[in-house]
Amino acid sequence: MVIGLGHYLTVAAVLFTLGVFGIFINRKNVIVILMSIELILLAVNINMVAFSTHLNDIVGQVFAMLILTVAAAEAAIGLAILVVFFRNRGSIAVEDVNMMRG
Amino acid sequence: MTVTAAFFYLFATITVASGFMVIASRNPVQSVLFLILAFVNAAGLFLMMGAEFLAMILVIVYVGAVAVLFLFVVMMLDVDFAALRQGFLHYLPVGGLIGVIFLLELILVVGAYAIDPGLVRAPSVPIPAADVMTNTEALGQVLYTRYFYFFQAAGLILLVAMIGAIILTLRERVGVRRQDISKQNARTQDTAVEVRKVPFRQGI
Repeated sequence: MVIGLGHYLTVAAVLFTLGVFGIFINRKNVIVILMSIELILLAVNINMVAFSTHLNDIVGQVFAMLILTVAAAEAAIGLAILVVFFRNRGSIAVEDVNMMRG
Repeated sequence: MTVTAAFFYLFATITVASGFMVIASRNPVQSVLFLILAFVNAAGLFLMMGAEFLAMILVIVYVGAVAVLFLFVVMMLDVDFAALRQGFLHYLPVGGLIGVIFLLELILVVGAYAIDPGLVRAPSVPIPAADVMTNTEALGQVLYTRYFYFFQAAGLILLVAMIGAIILTLRERVGVRRQDISKQNARTQDTAVEVRKVPFRQGI
Protein backbone atom coordinates (compact mmCIF):
# COMPACT_ATOMS: atom_id res chain seq x y z
CA MET A 1 0.00 0.00 0.00
CA VAL A 2 1.56 3.23 -1.16
CA ILE A 3 1.13 6.32 0.99
CA GLY A 4 0.69 9.11 -1.52
CA LEU A 5 -0.13 12.78 -1.58
CA GLY A 6 -3.83 12.16 -1.01
CA HIS A 7 -3.25 10.52 2.36
CA TYR A 8 -1.35 13.52 3.71
CA LEU A 9 -3.89 15.94 2.25
CA THR A 10 -6.67 14.03 3.98
CA VAL A 11 -4.91 14.27 7.35
CA ALA A 12 -4.41 18.00 6.78
CA ALA A 13 -8.06 18.44 5.79
CA VAL A 14 -9.25 16.65 8.93
CA LEU A 15 -6.95 18.75 11.12
CA PHE A 16 -8.11 21.95 9.44
CA THR A 17 -11.73 21.00 9.99
CA LEU A 18 -11.02 20.22 13.63
CA GLY A 19 -9.51 23.68 14.01
CA VAL A 20 -12.52 25.42 12.47
CA PHE A 21 -14.87 23.21 14.50
CA GLY A 22 -12.96 24.09 17.66
CA ILE A 23 -13.44 27.80 17.00
CA PHE A 24 -17.17 27.20 16.59
CA ILE A 25 -17.82 25.12 19.70
CA ASN A 26 -15.47 26.90 22.10
CA ARG A 27 -17.07 30.27 21.63
CA LYS A 28 -16.11 31.47 25.12
CA ASN A 29 -12.60 30.29 25.77
CA VAL A 30 -10.05 32.43 23.95
CA ILE A 31 -7.15 30.12 24.80
CA VAL A 32 -8.78 27.17 23.04
CA ILE A 33 -9.57 29.43 20.07
CA LEU A 34 -5.86 30.33 19.84
CA MET A 35 -4.98 26.64 20.02
CA SER A 36 -7.48 25.94 17.22
CA ILE A 37 -5.72 28.55 15.10
CA GLU A 38 -2.46 26.72 15.77
CA LEU A 39 -4.09 23.49 14.59
CA ILE A 40 -5.25 25.22 11.39
CA LEU A 41 -1.74 26.53 10.72
CA LEU A 42 -0.33 23.05 11.34
CA ALA A 43 -2.74 21.66 8.74
CA VAL A 44 -1.60 24.32 6.27
CA ASN A 45 2.01 23.36 6.96
CA ILE A 46 1.30 19.68 6.34
CA ASN A 47 -0.24 20.66 3.01
CA MET A 48 2.77 22.77 2.08
CA VAL A 49 5.28 20.05 2.90
CA ALA A 50 3.19 17.34 1.21
CA PHE A 51 3.01 19.28 -2.04
CA SER A 52 6.67 20.25 -1.75
CA THR A 53 7.85 16.66 -1.50
CA HIS A 54 5.32 15.40 -4.02
CA LEU A 55 6.28 17.96 -6.68
CA ASN A 56 9.98 17.64 -5.76
CA ASP A 57 10.32 21.38 -5.13
CA ILE A 58 11.99 22.59 -1.96
CA VAL A 59 10.46 26.09 -2.08
CA GLY A 60 7.34 24.74 -0.39
CA GLN A 61 9.44 23.83 2.65
CA VAL A 62 10.93 27.33 2.72
CA PHE A 63 7.45 28.81 2.84
CA ALA A 64 6.35 26.26 5.44
CA MET A 65 9.16 27.63 7.59
CA LEU A 66 7.90 31.18 7.08
CA ILE A 67 4.38 30.04 8.07
CA LEU A 68 5.92 28.55 11.22
CA THR A 69 7.54 31.91 12.00
CA VAL A 70 4.30 33.80 11.56
CA ALA A 71 2.45 31.24 13.68
CA ALA A 72 4.95 31.65 16.51
CA ALA A 73 4.70 35.46 16.33
CA GLU A 74 0.91 35.26 16.26
CA ALA A 75 0.84 33.01 19.32
CA ALA A 76 3.14 35.36 21.24
CA ILE A 77 1.13 38.48 20.40
CA GLY A 78 -2.20 36.75 20.97
CA LEU A 79 -1.22 35.46 24.38
CA ALA A 80 0.19 38.87 25.34
CA ILE A 81 -3.11 40.52 24.41
CA LEU A 82 -4.91 37.81 26.38
CA VAL A 83 -2.81 38.48 29.48
CA VAL A 84 -3.41 42.25 29.24
CA PHE A 85 -7.12 41.68 28.71
CA PHE A 86 -7.32 39.38 31.71
CA ARG A 87 -5.50 41.97 33.81
CA ASN A 88 -8.03 44.65 32.86
CA ARG A 89 -11.26 42.67 32.96
CA GLY A 90 -10.54 39.64 35.11
CA SER A 91 -12.04 37.34 32.52
CA ILE A 92 -11.12 35.79 29.18
CA ALA A 93 -14.64 35.07 27.95
CA VAL A 94 -15.21 36.19 24.40
CA GLU A 95 -18.49 37.95 25.16
CA ASP A 96 -16.71 40.23 27.64
CA VAL A 97 -14.67 41.67 24.78
CA ASN A 98 -17.09 44.48 24.16
CA MET A 99 -15.29 47.58 25.37
CA MET A 100 -15.06 48.94 21.86
CA ARG A 101 -18.74 48.18 21.18
CA GLY A 102 -17.84 46.21 18.12
CA MET B 1 6.05 -0.46 2.25
CA THR B 2 3.70 -1.91 4.84
CA VAL B 3 5.94 -0.54 7.59
CA THR B 4 5.69 2.92 6.01
CA ALA B 5 1.93 2.62 5.82
CA ALA B 6 1.74 1.42 9.41
CA PHE B 7 3.81 4.36 10.63
CA PHE B 8 1.77 6.77 8.54
CA TYR B 9 -1.49 5.51 10.01
CA LEU B 10 -0.01 5.56 13.51
CA PHE B 11 1.13 9.18 13.23
CA ALA B 12 -1.98 10.32 11.38
CA THR B 13 -4.36 8.67 13.84
CA ILE B 14 -2.62 10.10 16.89
CA THR B 15 -2.40 13.55 15.28
CA VAL B 16 -6.10 13.65 14.43
CA ALA B 17 -7.18 12.13 17.75
CA SER B 18 -5.12 14.56 19.81
CA GLY B 19 -6.31 17.42 17.60
CA PHE B 20 -9.84 16.40 18.51
CA MET B 21 -8.94 16.22 22.19
CA VAL B 22 -7.48 19.76 22.00
CA ILE B 23 -10.90 21.18 21.24
CA ALA B 24 -12.94 18.69 23.27
CA SER B 25 -10.93 18.49 26.49
CA ARG B 26 -12.46 19.98 29.62
CA ASN B 27 -9.20 21.14 31.12
CA PRO B 28 -7.17 23.67 29.10
CA VAL B 29 -3.93 22.25 30.53
CA GLN B 30 -4.88 18.91 29.00
CA SER B 31 -5.71 20.75 25.77
CA VAL B 32 -2.19 22.18 25.65
CA LEU B 33 -0.67 18.77 26.34
CA PHE B 34 -2.74 17.23 23.54
CA LEU B 35 -1.61 20.09 21.29
CA ILE B 36 1.99 19.10 22.06
CA LEU B 37 1.16 15.47 21.20
CA ALA B 38 -0.41 16.59 17.92
CA PHE B 39 2.67 18.61 17.01
CA VAL B 40 5.08 15.79 17.83
CA ASN B 41 3.12 13.37 15.67
CA ALA B 42 2.88 15.92 12.86
CA ALA B 43 6.68 16.11 13.09
CA GLY B 44 6.65 12.34 12.56
CA LEU B 45 4.56 12.86 9.43
CA PHE B 46 7.05 15.49 8.22
CA LEU B 47 9.88 13.00 8.78
CA MET B 48 8.05 10.42 6.68
CA MET B 49 7.63 12.95 3.88
CA GLY B 50 11.35 13.67 3.94
CA ALA B 51 11.33 17.15 5.45
CA GLU B 52 13.64 16.36 8.35
CA PHE B 53 14.65 19.93 9.13
CA LEU B 54 11.06 21.14 9.35
CA ALA B 55 10.19 18.18 11.56
CA MET B 56 12.92 19.12 14.05
CA ILE B 57 11.97 22.80 13.83
CA LEU B 58 8.37 21.87 14.55
CA VAL B 59 9.41 20.03 17.69
CA ILE B 60 11.77 22.79 18.84
CA VAL B 61 9.64 25.82 18.01
CA TYR B 62 6.18 24.48 18.74
CA VAL B 63 6.75 22.05 21.56
CA GLY B 64 9.64 23.98 23.06
CA ALA B 65 8.36 27.51 22.73
CA VAL B 66 4.76 28.00 21.65
CA ALA B 67 3.16 25.16 23.60
CA VAL B 68 5.12 26.02 26.74
CA LEU B 69 3.98 29.63 26.30
CA PHE B 70 0.39 28.41 26.12
CA LEU B 71 0.91 26.25 29.21
CA PHE B 72 2.43 29.20 31.03
CA VAL B 73 -0.49 31.50 30.22
CA VAL B 74 -3.10 28.84 31.05
CA MET B 75 -1.53 28.25 34.44
CA MET B 76 -0.97 31.96 35.13
CA LEU B 77 -4.53 33.09 34.47
CA ASP B 78 -6.85 32.42 37.35
CA VAL B 79 -9.95 31.62 35.32
CA ASP B 80 -12.89 29.41 36.11
CA PHE B 81 -12.60 27.27 33.00
CA ALA B 82 -15.72 25.29 33.83
CA ALA B 83 -17.82 28.43 33.49
CA LEU B 84 -16.25 29.09 30.10
CA ARG B 85 -17.62 25.79 28.86
CA GLN B 86 -21.23 26.84 29.37
CA GLY B 87 -22.95 26.83 26.01
CA PHE B 88 -20.65 24.11 24.71
CA LEU B 89 -23.65 21.99 23.78
CA HIS B 90 -25.49 25.05 22.58
CA TYR B 91 -22.98 25.65 19.81
CA LEU B 92 -22.47 21.95 19.09
CA PRO B 93 -25.23 21.43 16.44
CA VAL B 94 -24.34 24.48 14.33
CA GLY B 95 -20.61 23.93 14.71
CA GLY B 96 -20.97 20.23 13.99
CA LEU B 97 -23.04 20.90 10.89
CA ILE B 98 -20.56 23.40 9.54
CA GLY B 99 -17.64 21.12 10.43
CA VAL B 100 -19.18 18.10 8.68
CA ILE B 101 -20.03 20.11 5.56
CA PHE B 102 -16.54 21.57 5.53
CA LEU B 103 -14.88 18.19 5.97
CA LEU B 104 -17.02 16.58 3.26
CA GLU B 105 -16.15 19.33 0.82
CA LEU B 106 -12.46 19.10 1.61
CA ILE B 107 -12.45 15.30 1.29
CA LEU B 108 -14.30 15.60 -2.01
CA VAL B 109 -11.66 17.99 -3.27
CA VAL B 110 -8.82 15.80 -2.02
CA GLY B 111 -10.40 12.60 -3.34
CA ALA B 112 -11.27 13.94 -6.77
CA TYR B 113 -8.30 16.17 -7.44
CA ALA B 114 -6.05 15.67 -10.41
CA ILE B 115 -3.15 17.91 -11.21
CA ASP B 116 -3.34 19.15 -14.78
CA PRO B 117 -0.09 18.02 -16.42
CA GLY B 118 0.00 21.29 -18.34
CA LEU B 119 0.16 23.21 -15.08
CA VAL B 120 3.01 21.21 -13.60
CA ARG B 121 6.17 23.05 -14.48
CA ALA B 122 9.67 21.98 -13.70
CA PRO B 123 10.35 22.63 -10.01
CA SER B 124 12.00 25.98 -9.44
CA VAL B 125 14.43 24.45 -6.95
CA PRO B 126 14.38 20.63 -7.12
CA ILE B 127 15.03 18.66 -3.97
CA PRO B 128 18.44 16.99 -4.27
CA ALA B 129 18.73 13.29 -3.62
CA ALA B 130 19.39 12.31 -0.03
CA ASP B 131 22.86 10.93 -0.76
CA VAL B 132 23.92 14.18 -2.46
CA MET B 133 22.79 16.66 0.13
CA THR B 134 20.87 16.54 3.38
CA ASN B 135 17.51 18.23 3.66
CA THR B 136 18.91 20.85 6.03
CA GLU B 137 21.73 21.77 3.66
CA ALA B 138 19.40 21.97 0.67
CA LEU B 139 17.00 24.23 2.59
CA GLY B 140 19.83 26.47 3.72
CA GLN B 141 21.18 26.81 0.20
CA VAL B 142 17.81 28.09 -0.96
CA LEU B 143 16.83 30.09 2.10
CA TYR B 144 20.04 32.08 2.41
CA THR B 145 20.35 32.93 -1.26
CA ARG B 146 17.14 33.06 -3.23
CA TYR B 147 14.81 33.76 -0.35
CA PHE B 148 17.16 35.86 1.72
CA TYR B 149 14.77 38.83 1.86
CA PHE B 150 11.99 36.53 3.02
CA PHE B 151 14.31 35.21 5.69
CA GLN B 152 15.06 38.75 6.87
CA ALA B 153 11.37 39.63 6.79
CA ALA B 154 10.70 36.61 9.01
CA GLY B 155 13.31 37.86 11.44
CA LEU B 156 11.72 41.30 11.40
CA ILE B 157 8.31 39.79 12.13
CA LEU B 158 9.74 37.94 15.12
CA LEU B 159 11.42 41.14 16.36
CA VAL B 160 8.17 43.11 16.07
CA ALA B 161 6.27 40.32 17.83
CA MET B 162 8.82 40.25 20.63
CA ILE B 163 8.73 44.02 21.13
CA GLY B 164 4.94 44.01 20.91
CA ALA B 165 4.56 41.25 23.49
CA ILE B 166 6.95 43.00 25.88
CA ILE B 167 5.29 46.40 25.49
CA LEU B 168 1.81 44.94 25.89
CA THR B 169 2.55 43.10 29.10
CA LEU B 170 4.97 45.54 30.71
CA ARG B 171 3.34 47.61 33.41
CA GLU B 172 4.56 50.23 35.83
CA ARG B 173 3.34 49.29 39.26
CA VAL B 174 2.76 52.20 41.59
CA GLY B 175 4.10 52.00 45.10
CA VAL B 176 6.95 49.67 44.27
CA ARG B 177 10.43 50.72 45.39
CA ARG B 178 12.72 50.49 42.43
CA GLN B 179 16.46 50.74 42.21
CA ASP B 180 17.58 54.00 40.59
CA ILE B 181 21.24 53.59 39.81
CA SER B 182 21.91 57.16 38.73
CA LYS B 183 20.34 58.39 41.94
CA GLN B 184 22.54 56.02 43.92
CA ASN B 185 25.65 57.14 42.10
CA ALA B 186 24.78 60.81 42.62
CA ARG B 187 24.92 60.43 46.39
CA THR B 188 27.96 61.95 48.03
CA GLN B 189 29.13 61.80 51.56
CA ASP B 190 27.61 65.22 52.21
CA THR B 191 24.10 64.18 51.24
CA ALA B 192 24.28 60.72 52.74
CA VAL B 193 25.82 61.26 56.14
CA GLU B 194 24.75 63.84 58.64
CA VAL B 195 27.05 64.59 61.53
CA ARG B 196 25.26 65.85 64.58
CA LYS B 197 26.55 67.01 67.83
CA VAL B 198 24.85 64.99 70.53
CA PRO B 199 24.65 66.66 73.91
CA PHE B 200 25.79 64.51 76.80
CA ARG B 201 22.99 62.50 78.51
CA GLN B 202 20.23 64.04 76.39
CA GLY B 203 20.19 62.17 73.12
CA ILE B 204 18.88 63.57 69.91
